[in-house]
Amino acid sequence: MKYALIPLLPFAAFLIIGLFGHWIRERAHWIAVPAVGISFLLSAWIFTEVAKGEPIHVTLYSWIASGAFTVDIGLYIDRLTAAMLLLVTVVSGLVHVYTIGYMHGEPGYARFFAYVALFTFSMLMLVMADNFLQLYVFWEAVGLCSYLLIGHWYERKTACDAATKAFIVNRVGDFGFGLGVMLIFVVFGTLQYDQVFAHAVLIEGQTINLLKPLGGEWPVAVMTVICLLLFAGAVGKSAQVPLHVWLPDAMEGPTPISALIHAATMVTAGVFMVARLAPLYNLSPAAMDVVAVTGGVTALFAATIALTQNDIKRVVAWSTVSQLGYMMMACGLGAYVAGIYHLLTHGAFKALLFLCCGSVIIALHHEQDMRRMGGLKDRMPITYWTMLIGALTLSGVPLTAGFFSKDVILVSAWSAGTLGKTLAMVGLVTAFLTAFYSFRLLFVAFWGESRVDPHHAPHIHEPSPTMTVPLLILAALSIFTGYLGIPGFIEPVLPGPDEMAVPHEGPAATGIMLLATLMGLGGIATAYIVYVKSPGLPDRLAQQWREAYALSFNKWYVDELYDRTIVQPTVALANGLWKIVDVEVIDGMVNGVGAATVLWGRALRLVQSGEVQHYALAMALGAVAILGMYLLLLTL
Amino acid sequence: MTPLSSYMILSAIVFVTGVVGVLIRRNIIMILLSIELMLNATNINFVAFSYYLDNVAGQVFVFFALTVAAAEVAVGLAIIIALYRGKATIAAEELNLMKW
Repeated sequence: MKYALIPLLPFAAFLIIGLFGHWIRERAHWIAVPAVGISFLLSAWIFTEVAKGEPIHVTLYSWIASGAFTVDIGLYIDRLTAAMLLLVTVVSGLVHVYTIGYMHGEPGYARFFAYVALFTFSMLMLVMADNFLQLYVFWEAVGLCSYLLIGHWYERKTACDAATKAFIVNRVGDFGFGLGVMLIFVVFGTLQYDQVFAHAVLIEGQTINLLKPLGGEWPVAVMTVICLLLFAGAVGKSAQVPLHVWLPDAMEGPTPISALIHAATMVTAGVFMVARLAPLYNLSPAAMDVVAVTGGVTALFAATIALTQNDIKRVVAWSTVSQLGYMMMACGLGAYVAGIYHLLTHGAFKALLFLCCGSVIIALHHEQDMRRMGGLKDRMPITYWTMLIGALTLSGVPLTAGFFSKDVILVSAWSAGTLGKTLAMVGLVTAFLTAFYSFRLLFVAFWGESRVDPHHAPHIHEPSPTMTVPLLILAALSIFTGYLGIPGFIEPVLPGPDEMAVPHEGPAATGIMLLATLMGLGGIATAYIVYVKSPGLPDRLAQQWREAYALSFNKWYVDELYDRTIVQPTVALANGLWKIVDVEVIDGMVNGVGAATVLWGRALRLVQSGEVQHYALAMALGAVAILGMYLLLLTL
Repeated sequence: MTPLSSYMILSAIVFVTGVVGVLIRRNIIMILLSIELMLNATNINFVAFSYYLDNVAGQVFVFFALTVAAAEVAVGLAIIIALYRGKATIAAEELNLMKW
């Protein structure tokens, strides 16, 4: 029961605030913050318990029992889960505190806290799931919370559209995820992790004919199909190419949400899922390659877009997509430890960057365009210094946590065959771009001349302590998480593929480390030259490379492509169905029945003469007819 | 002894007279009387069968039918008087308020 308290406390907070929010209003944080705080303390205590020995596995109750199909609600806490629990509760707790300042005076204050608490509950249940159905249910639940919170300012059309987009794009991936869960049940007859993992080796070599309904012949390994279907869900949830389009738009939501859901926790659920199901993925090299290539492509692709965005939150959002690609790439190459390690450090420094953005946005009265910032360094020192730490960590500058985790990914990638070497190169290029856009953001927003709206310029000041304290804590975490020995801690529960042997030492590892450092520092130096030393150079470069600039600025026209190929045809089809099938056929039938009834009524009412003798005649004739028929039948 | 068929023929004649009366007479009072004829045609049948089947129940039935018929005529006449006060006519074809 003590384990169940971790998720149940935020859930209780959600129920209380959700049901009585009308009276609670601005006092909502007095319920939500302690709930998450106690969850955090319990998580920390369980962390120490798990660190000592065996994983904890408790079954709370039997949820579904229908013949051979039984599903329990259970909690499975091993080292991976324990680390995720800490990440979720820490970031959630800090975001809760930050929200007190950020959302102060908003009409939806209590509603916001209710949904954030619900999200925290769902995310905790997701990471603690011990079976696939529970994973799937809470996978959807966090998606729902994401939808609700992106659309927090629902009176803004852009926010509504972004929420809808996030939900629909996620559904595309989740459809595959659902099919994967069903296939697992068909193949294994159970949805429990431990049983599936134990029997996974037995179905190695089994194939499934994917073209059977069409009469064709295309045998594919069952495990590959399962892994790819599940990965489809991860592609949606973790915003990998080609389903990455929703995450940047999700920045319409309040900034604390971007930090909690769209940077630190929910979007990493896909990476977590792949790592959690490592025993399955290890059996399917083909699926692993797909995961790795998707991750690598996403990392580079998103980084190129982040170079030219002007909205500070969108820069950080594209950076999140890119970093998620990094983690996915590591998992796909079998370096689950590296992927999860980067997930944890990224959770801290990306939440920090988002909260810093939020702090700037509040100070500038909801201005998000970095072209109208500049010179904030001296006015907002705490925000500036914490954001500098975040940017350094994101760039992988030595001595920060990001340096260690990125290094582990690159070294692991380098030792994973030809594909790994290629992806390691991609990772290095991405590291350069990452450092460049992080410091572009920092230099443009915080250095140089102030370009702030003169109305707001005199009032720029550091936000209240409820907002700056979380920044300071996260800044500290961004550095210290690199020194806690996380990889060694989670390694025992994340077995890589058999042939994988990661050399952490040796000339190759040192070379990669030096190269990665060089890339990070080079990116920072380039940003310094371009944005500080020679103002006007960015515009000249944009002129010179107009096509490339347009491609990056317009996000490679992926949104436009989807709009043309998917959204517009769907809308056209829906319009067709509405105007032809619905209005003409369906409504035609309904109205036709009505019209026919009216016509018949009009004809038949002529019978109603109102004269009693006509009725009597009809009765008499009827009686004669019935009697006649009766007699006729009698004689026959 | 008169055969049963005679009674039945008589009854049929009286009944048909009643039916025709109901259908063709214009005066509502005459229609009411024709209905009485139809009722009494059945009464003849009841009594005849009661006699031939040696079962007194049929005659008891007739008593009830007569009583009800008397009540019915009373009510019917009252309605006709009310109608006449309202419409100043008792011709059936002019009383077509129920027409569409």
